[in-house]
Amino acid sequence: MEILSKVHAKHLVKWAADKPEVVVLSADLTSSTEIDAFRDTYPQRFFSMGIAEQNMMSFAGGLAREGYKPFIHTFAVFIYRRAYDQIAMSIAYPNLPVIMFGFLPGIMTPGGATHQAIEDISVMRSLPNMTILECGDATDVESVLDVANSIDGPVYIRMLRGEIPRLFPASEAMELGKSRLVSEGEDIVLLTSGICTEEALRASNALKSRGISIHHRHVTTLKPFNDPAIMEAIAGSKYGVITMENHSIIGGLGTIVAEKMAEAGMGKKLTRIGIKDTFVHGASKQYLMKEYGLDAIALINEIERMIGRELNINEDELTEAFIVEVHSKAKAEAL
Amino acid sequence: MMKNKTDEQMTPLQQRIYQAAEGIRHRVMEHTIKNNGGYLSQACSAAEIFATLYLDVLHMGMPEQPLLPGSFLGVPGPENPNHLTGSAFHGIKAPEYDRFFLSPTHYSLVLYAALIEAGRMDVKGLDAFNKDGSVVEMIGADHSPGMEIMTGSLGQGISQAAGIALGRKMKNETGRVVVFLSDGECQSGQFWEAVQAMSYHKLDNMLAYVDINGYQCDGKTTTVMNIEPFDKRLESFGARVFRINGHDVNALAELGKLKPDGRPTFVLCDTDPCRGVDILKNRIPKLHYVRFNNEEEREQYRTVFHNMADFAGQGGKLNGDII
Repeated sequence: MEILSKVHAKHLVKWAADKPEVVVLSADLTSSTEIDAFRDTYPQRFFSMGIAEQNMMSFAGGLAREGYKPFIHTFAVFIYRRAYDQIAMSIAYPNLPVIMFGFLPGIMTPGGATHQAIEDISVMRSLPNMTILECGDATDVESVLDVANSIDGPVYIRMLRGEIPRLFPASEAMELGKSRLVSEGEDIVLLTSGICTEEALRASNALKSRGISIHHRHVTTLKPFNDPAIMEAIAGSKYGVITMENHSIIGGLGTIVAEKMAEAGMGKKLTRIGIKDTFVHGASKQYLMKEYGLDAIALINEIERMIGRELNINEDELTEAFIVEVHSKAKAEAL
Repeated sequence: MMKNKTDEQMTPLQQRIYQAAEGIRHRVMEHTIKNNGGYLSQACSAAEIFATLYLDVLHMGMPEQPLLPGSFLGVPGPENPNHLTGSAFHGIKAPEYDRFFLSPTHYSLVLYAALIEAGRMDVKGLDAFNKDGSVVEMIGADHSPGMEIMTGSLGQGISQAAGIALGRKMKNETGRVVVFLSDGECQSGQFWEAVQAMSYHKLDNMLAYVDINGYQCDGKTTTVMNIEPFDKRLESFGARVFRINGHDVNALAELGKLKPDGRPTFVLCDTDPCRGVDILKNRIPKLHYVRFNNEEEREQYRTVFHNMADFAGQGGKLNGDII
C-alpha cells in the first residue's frame, strides 16, 4: 500500500495557485492542519485568527460575502462545538461558500475527549444548506478540494493529515454524491466512511476465503445522501447492510442509512458499527479502534452475527494495518 | 426640545437631523401604542445616532424613490436564488460607498423609522411590521429593510462586518464598513474576539457606533454584567475610541468624518433610554421592551404621543394615522 505524507499541505499550495479568491484562516493550528506551506507561499491570502473560533466563523462569512472563498482550518471539535451558532447564522443560513476543514475526526487523536470529534456529522448535518464530505485516503484528500469548490454553499469536511494510505487510484477523483465501489457481492452490503474503509479492507481477503460475498462501498458524501447505487445494493442484499464509521452511531452514516431505508420502506437488517453513544479517551488510533469496536475484528463479529455462523477468522489472517507512529514526522505534534 | 444648541446656531442640516431624530421617536412611539408593544427605549436612546448616520455620516447610494418592502420570498439556499436582501434600501453597492450594518436587530423598528426619515423607505412600509409574510420583521433578518447580513444573534454582527471590511480592503475599496452596536451585546466573548481581530488586521475602514443606553433585557447593564471602563478596555484592545453624548448631533457627525489611522474606530455614545419620552422613566429598570400593563397606561402614552406630535409637526414627518 502506498503511504503518502502531508498530502493536503502539498496539494493545497498547487491547487490554490490559480484561485486568488481562496483565502485560508487559521486558529493557531497552522502546522497541525497542514497550512504552513500555504502560509509561506501565499502570505497575503493567509489570515491568523487566533484561538477565537466564534469570530473566525462569522468573519469568514463576511469574507465570503465579498466574493472570497474562506478555507477554515482547525480541529473539527473547535469548528462545530465552539462556534455552532456562528456557523448557523453567519455561514449556513446565508448559504455562503465557506469551506471548513475539520481535522482529527472521531478517534484520530490521543488528545482525548476534548479533541475527538465523535458527533460532528450529527450536529452539522442538521444545518440547512450544509454539505458534508469525508476523506478516507490520499486520493480523497487530493480531490475533495475540487468537490468542495464546486458547491454553491458551505461545506464541512472530515479531513485527514499526516501519513495517509492511497486506497483508490489517484486518477479516480472523489465525486459529489457518488460512493466508491470497493467490491461486488450479494450477501451483505457494507458501507464504510473515512478511516473505516481501510480497516474494513483488512478483513476482505479472509471473508472472501470463507465464501462471504460483500458489496462494499466507500462513502464520501454524507450530505446530501442520494446515491441510488447504495439503495439498490441494499435492496438486493441477502442479509442486510452494515455501516462502519469513525463517529457516534447516533447521527452519522448509520443514522443516515437508517432514515433512507425507512423512507424507502426497505425491510432489511441494519447493523451500525461506530462509537456506541459514549465519549472516548486519549489513546492511539489502533487501541481506540479495538477498544470501541471500530476495527476489522468488530466487523467480522457483526458479519457472523448477521449470517448466524462463526467464520473462525483470527487476527493473523487480517491484512496488516498501516500504523502511523504517534511521533510521526508527518505531524506537527503527537496529538 | 432635545437640542444642544438653539435653532439659530444650527446649520440647516443639523436642524434636519434633529427633526429626523424626533421623527424616529415619534414613529416608534406611535407604533408602540398602536400595537401595544415595541422597542421604544431603543428609539429614545439611538434616534440621534441613526438620524446622524443616515443624513450625514453614511456615504451610500440612494434608491430612486422611497421603497416599499416586498413579501418574504424564502430563505437563502441553492434552491432559492430569489431570496431578498434588504440592502436595496441602501442603494446600489459601489467600491467607494459605505456599507452599514445593524448588529442588535432588536433595534429593527428604529432602523425602519430611520429609513423612512431618510427618504429610503416608503412611509407605508412600517404598516407591514411584524405581519405574517412580511419582511419587515420584529427582529430583522437579512431580507429586512436596511439589512443584508444576519446579525440578531448578538456578537455576530461585528465579526461579519470585520470579514467584509477585510474583503473590501483586499479589493482596494475605499468605502467604509459602519456598524451600529448596543452596549449589552458587548458583554459577549465574540465581540472582544472581533475587536482584537479588527485591531490585529488593522481594519481602519471600520467605524462602530455603540449606543450605551445602560439598559438590557434584565435591567440596568451594570447590574447584569459590567463592561466599564468600556472606553479603556477598547483602547487596550488597540481601537481608536471616542466617548460622547450620543444625543449631540454635531459630535456624532464630526467623528463620522475622521481620516483612518490604522485602527478601527469606536464612537461610544452615552445615551438616555427615556430621552424625549419622560414617562418611560416609570418603567425603569425594565426598558428593553415596552408592553403596556393596562389600558390606563396606554392612554397615558397616547397623551404624551399627541404632545410629541405637536412638536414633531414642526418638521418630523407624520403619517397622519389616528391611534
